[in-house]
Amino acid sequence: MKIHEFQAKDLFQAFGIPVPSGKLATSPSQAVDIAKGLTGPPWVVKAQIHAGGRGKGGGVRLTNSFEEVERAVDEILSNPLITPQTGPSGQKVRQLLIEEGLDIDKEFYLGIVIDRRLECPAMIFSQAGGMEIEEVSAKHPELVLIEAIDIIHGFMPYQARNFFYAIEPMPDKAISREFSAIMTRLYKLFISKDCSLVEINPLVITKSGKVVALDAKINFDDNALFRQKDTAQLHDPYEMDELEAQASKYNLNYIRLDGNIGAMVNGAGLAMATMDVIKLAGAEPANFLDVGGGASEEMVTNGIKIILSDKRVKAILINIFGGIMRCDVLARGVVKAAEEVEIKAPLIVRLEGTNVEEGREILKNSNLDFSVAKDMEEAARMVAQQVS
Amino acid sequence: MGILVDENTKVVVQGITGKEGTFHTRQMVAYGTNIVAGVTPGKGGEKVEGIAVLNRVKDAVDIFGANASCIFVPPAFASDAMIEAADAGIGVIVCITEGIPTLDMIKTVHFIRKCGAVLIGPNTPGIISPGKTKVGIMPGQVHKQGGIGVISRSGTLTYEVVDQLTRVGLGQSTCIGLGGDPIAGASFIDHLRRFKEDEETEGVVLIGEIGGTAEEEAAEYIEEEFNKPTMAFIAGQTAPPGRRMGHAGAIISGGKGKAEDKINALKAHGITVVLNLGQLGKTALHVFK
Repeated sequence: MKIHEFQAKDLFQAFGIPVPSGKLATSPSQAVDIAKGLTGPPWVVKAQIHAGGRGKGGGVRLTNSFEEVERAVDEILSNPLITPQTGPSGQKVRQLLIEEGLDIDKEFYLGIVIDRRLECPAMIFSQAGGMEIEEVSAKHPELVLIEAIDIIHGFMPYQARNFFYAIEPMPDKAISREFSAIMTRLYKLFISKDCSLVEINPLVITKSGKVVALDAKINFDDNALFRQKDTAQLHDPYEMDELEAQASKYNLNYIRLDGNIGAMVNGAGLAMATMDVIKLAGAEPANFLDVGGGASEEMVTNGIKIILSDKRVKAILINIFGGIMRCDVLARGVVKAAEEVEIKAPLIVRLEGTNVEEGREILKNSNLDFSVAKDMEEAARMVAQQVS
Repeated sequence: MGILVDENTKVVVQGITGKEGTFHTRQMVAYGTNIVAGVTPGKGGEKVEGIAVLNRVKDAVDIFGANASCIFVPPAFASDAMIEAADAGIGVIVCITEGIPTLDMIKTVHFIRKCGAVLIGPNTPGIISPGKTKVGIMPGQVHKQGGIGVISRSGTLTYEVVDQLTRVGLGQSTCIGLGGDPIAGASFIDHLRRFKEDEETEGVVLIGEIGGTAEEEAAEYIEEEFNKPTMAFIAGQTAPPGRRMGHAGAIISGGKGKAEDKINALKAHGITVVLNLGQLGKTALHVFK
C-alpha cells in the first residue's frame, strides 16, 4: 500500500525525523493562508498524488509570492497531472502540500528496502541525493552504499559509521550525529509500521546546518495491514482505478492494462503467462485478473462483470486450469454472469483440469455463445483473431 | 528417490480442523500420503477423517514420528506454526498459507535454517513426488512419476506445466512450489543442489516470474555446477512495473525483477527458455530427449 507524501511526513514527525514546516491545502485561497503562516518566500507547492516523477510533470513548484502560490495551486488543481508514472491521461490532483522553502547546502539519499536475496532489510545511503536512486545505481554504483540489517540486532551504530567513513568529505561530528539518529529512527519506523519501503530523497543539510527530510515516501506491506489498523486508515481510494477498487471489494486481483482483450484466469502465475501468450499472438491484454487458486462461483461471476464493464474490451479469454478450483464451478459462474449481464464480446474458453468434462457440459448446455480452445496457444490465437 | 518427500514421509497437518486443512487432508489421503496426525491447539482429542488431532506438533513427532508438516494456519498465526514445527524437529515444513507479513517471514526463515529444517513456501502449492506422496494442494491427477524435477514460484501455472510434461510422456521425480512471496524458505539453487544428487532426476524445469533476482542467481549456478539438462519459463513478460501481480513477490521494483532480464540471464548461461507457455511440452521433448 502506498500513501501520500504529507501522510509519510506526519509519520516521520511522529518518529522524530525533521521535515519542513507545511500544511495541506485543497484550494488556492487556503494555500495562500497557509503560506502566510510559514516562513518565506520562497514556498514550495507540492501536488499530492502517489505516482512518482511529480517534479518532471510540473507538480512541484517553487513560488516567491502569494500570487504565485495561488496561481500554481490553481493550475495544478485544474488539470490532471501527467508524470512518467501516471500514464498519458494523468492523475487528478485533489490536495497539495504547501511548505516553507529551505536554503539547501547538500542533498543525500536515505532509504530502507527489503533485500530479497539477503532476506533482510537493507539501508541505502548516497551522496547523490535528489536523483532517482535507480539511475545513480546504474551510472555510479560506487555512490550507492548499502548496509544489510540483521533482523535480531537492528540497525547498529557501526553501520552508520560505515556510511560516514565511505563518503567524501566525511560529514562533521554534529551532522554525523544527526544523520545517525535519523537512520535509527527511520529503521524503527520501518519495522514498527511493517513497511516495504521508506525513502527520503533528498535528505538535505541546510545552509544553517540543519538536517531535514525534504521528501518522504513510504510503502507498506499489504500482508501486514491486518495488524496495522492505523496505517490501513491512510489508504486513499481516489488513487485507485475504479475497476480495480471494485475488484478488490470482491477479493479479486485485478490490474488494468492498456489493451482490449479481457482475460480471466485462476492463479497469478498462470494469469501473467496468459497475458504473455496474448501478446505473443499479436494482441494486447486489457487487464490482469486472477480469480485465485480456489475461486468460488460468485467470484467468477463478479470477475466477468468487471471485465464486461470495461468498455475497451473487444474479446474475452477465460483460461482456467482446475486444480483446487473445479471447472464446473467456473462454468456455473460464467453462465450466471451471462444471465445477469449481456456478454457482447466474443468469448473464448479454455478449460483444463479438475471436473473439466462437467464444466464443458454446463457451458455447452447454456445459452452462452462461446468458442472452446484446446490449449493455451490456440486460445491466444483465437482471441487475437477477434481483434485483428 | 525424488527429493525431500517420498513414501516414507509421515505428515502432520497443522490447522487440520479448518475448512482448507480438512479438505486437503482428504485429498492428500486419497493420493496416498501418509498423514499420521493433525494439530489444532485446543482441539486435541478430536478426529478429522479418522486422523487424530493433537494440541502440539511436538506430540506428533514424539508419538507418531511425524517428519514433515503441512500448514494451513491463518497468516497471523503462521509464523508461530512454522517455528513450532521446526522446534519440534520436523525436517520438511510446507506452508500453504498466503498473506504472511514479510518481516515475520524474515525472522521465521532465520530460525528454521538454524534448526536445519527445510521450509517450502509460504504461499505455495507444496511438494509432490508423483506416485509416492504429496504434501500440499496440487491436483495429483495431472502428475506422473518420472525423471523431471520441477521448481516453481507459482501454483496453477505449475499445474499447467506439469500437465504439458505428462501429456508428452515426461513424468516427474519431484515438483516443488517455492511460493509467491518475497521471502521464501528455499531458493531455486537449494533445490537444484538436491536434484543434482538425485539419481531419479534426469532434468529440471524452472518456472519463474517477475520480481527479485532468484532466477538470475539460479542461472549462474546452473552453468557453473548443475549437471543435468535444464529449461525455464518466466511469467510476466508483459507485466507493468511497480504493480503487484497477484503474488506479493511478483513485482518489478526499482528497475529490478523484469522478465526480460531473467530470460536474458538464463539464455546467457546456456539454458533453454520457453517464451510461449503453449509450447512448453513440445520444447521439453527436445531438451530432455
